[in-house]
Amino acid sequence: MKIHQLSVFLENKPGQLALPCRKLAEAGISITTLSLADTEQFGILRLIVRDWERAQEVLRNAGCVVNVTEMVAIQVPDRAGGLAEVLEIVEQAGINIEYMYAFTDKLDDKGVLVFRFDDPDRAIEALSGASIQLIDRVELFQRLGIVS
Amino acid sequence: MTESARPPKAPPHGFQPVSAMDYLPADQLRQLQLQRLQTMVRRAYERQVLFRDRMSGRGLTPHDLRTLGDLAQLPFTIKTDLRDTYPFGLFASSMSDVVRLHASSGTTGKPIVVAYTREDVQVWAEVMQRTFAACGVHAGDIVQNAYGYGLFTGGLGAHYGAEALGATVIPISGGNTDRQIMVMKDFGVTVICCTPSYFVHMIERAGQLGVDMHQLPIRAGLFGAEPWTEQMRHHIQQTSGVCAYDIYGLSEIIGPGVGSECTAQAGLHIFEDHFYPEIIDPETGQSLEEGEEGELVLTTLSKWAMPMIRYRTRDITRVIPEPCPCGRTVRRIERIGRRSDDMFIIRGVNVFPSQVEAALLAVEGTLPHYQIVLTREHGLDQMEVQLEVTPQLFSDRVGALEEVRRKLAHSLENTLGIHVKVQLAEPQSIERSAGKAKRVIDKRDATP
Repeated sequence: MKIHQLSVFLENKPGQLALPCRKLAEAGISITTLSLADTEQFGILRLIVRDWERAQEVLRNAGCVVNVTEMVAIQVPDRAGGLAEVLEIVEQAGINIEYMYAFTDKLDDKGVLVFRFDDPDRAIEALSGASIQLIDRVELFQRLGIVS
Repeated sequence: MTESARPPKAPPHGFQPVSAMDYLPADQLRQLQLQRLQTMVRRAYERQVLFRDRMSGRGLTPHDLRTLGDLAQLPFTIKTDLRDTYPFGLFASSMSDVVRLHASSGTTGKPIVVAYTREDVQVWAEVMQRTFAACGVHAGDIVQNAYGYGLFTGGLGAHYGAEALGATVIPISGGNTDRQIMVMKDFGVTVICCTPSYFVHMIERAGQLGVDMHQLPIRAGLFGAEPWTEQMRHHIQQTSGVCAYDIYGLSEIIGPGVGSECTAQAGLHIFEDHFYPEIIDPETGQSLEEGEEGELVLTTLSKWAMPMIRYRTRDITRVIPEPCPCGRTVRRIERIGRRSDDMFIIRGVNVFPSQVEAALLAVEGTLPHYQIVLTREHGLDQMEVQLEVTPQLFSDRVGALEEVRRKLAHSLENTLGIHVKVQLAEPQSIERSAGKAKRVIDKRDATP
């Protein structure tokens, strides 16, 4: 049920983001989405890619420090209040959201949300208990319109 | 059991002592030392102008040296004396009797040059043989000597000692880490010699190449040429299974082989029949009581080509008066964690790099890849410690990484008593050295 996200440590100086991106490009790995967290001292590059295991190997071999984080993906109706309903469930279960990504579902008229919860197992339990549609890795990439 | 929790490999049993001198009763040793010291002082007085002038300045002649205690009256020799007399000014033998020259790395200005007669080279091999034996090495061991060969005394010193013992020596010298690991694996190496920081780099590189040293025959490492810590020993032993031994020496005295740990890993035995240790107060120059901490001063007792009388090492240690469980009677000194010239002063506080290393390694998940950068901002000294991020320290969450930084800064502040800025660095971004690690970069003069 979980989606794997890679995070890469970056020093906060010019050109640091280019190296991991270039290494992935050379290996023919396409980045589905990324986010960048930065502080004055350092940055954290977070990546969702289809072939995360190979991407992890490519980045490690390039000398990067890479961690894998388990994410949870869900589908929500693309209407006002869609996200708020989900957040309410999470909040009531006492689970923290560290950060999230939002996408447009290319198959349905829906939204796809990918969460980094502090406790993904409990989050899955709470969400599925509230009949929220969880989506797995295969379906995620299908809904994002990424084939092959 | 996880890989990192495996205990270091046990030393072999039943090896024979290689030198009776290590076990000499104290009174016999003192008598031998006095005889040799008197000969040495006479030789230095006759052949080193600098020493004779200083003796005369104090109204002393070699006849005033009647007991070992009288040595405290004699003048010191210091490092700049070797620079001032560069290159051959302190040689006591004519060049026809000198069979070898070495020179120090000389970080500032001219190097210092040291000389050996044929007998000196033999003594050197003997003390290094005793060093290897003390670390549980024996004939049949395969020794990978990754100390640099050349003007540096480390390479050839370890080489002849291991050969004298009857071990098989691989004279690979420093550098080319991938080849070091290939040789270690393919040749069935059992003993490694290099700087501790370089071995940490080797362990790390071996891991990247899929080589686990726990699975290899390598059993012991003789590490020296730079100060290191108990925490570093623990790290090496945990991550490689290799028993890490501290060895001590300096070119001015002979090179490596002045002293060594034994398998008890509880202080370094000084080979006292060749090197006489004293501990002095580095401020006043006064001799201290046995057991008190101060600067180590060494006098060569047999070095013919270049006697050194009361050489100030700048190394801070103390003599351990208690007998060693290994049975050797030659006295021990404590591991040298500090050199008085490694020390830097920041905002009035004395800091030694080894304190920084200990504070960093106290935080779980850290590796000893660090550098200390000193700068001056608006006239105020700043200290920054750069530490490479490891997968254990890293997180996708900013908060967790900030927490790591806080922990490291806290550990440093606790140890040093001053605020230190911690900067996390990318892996491999801190320069690896095949020789002595450069831990401190002082940019304060460049930034007024």
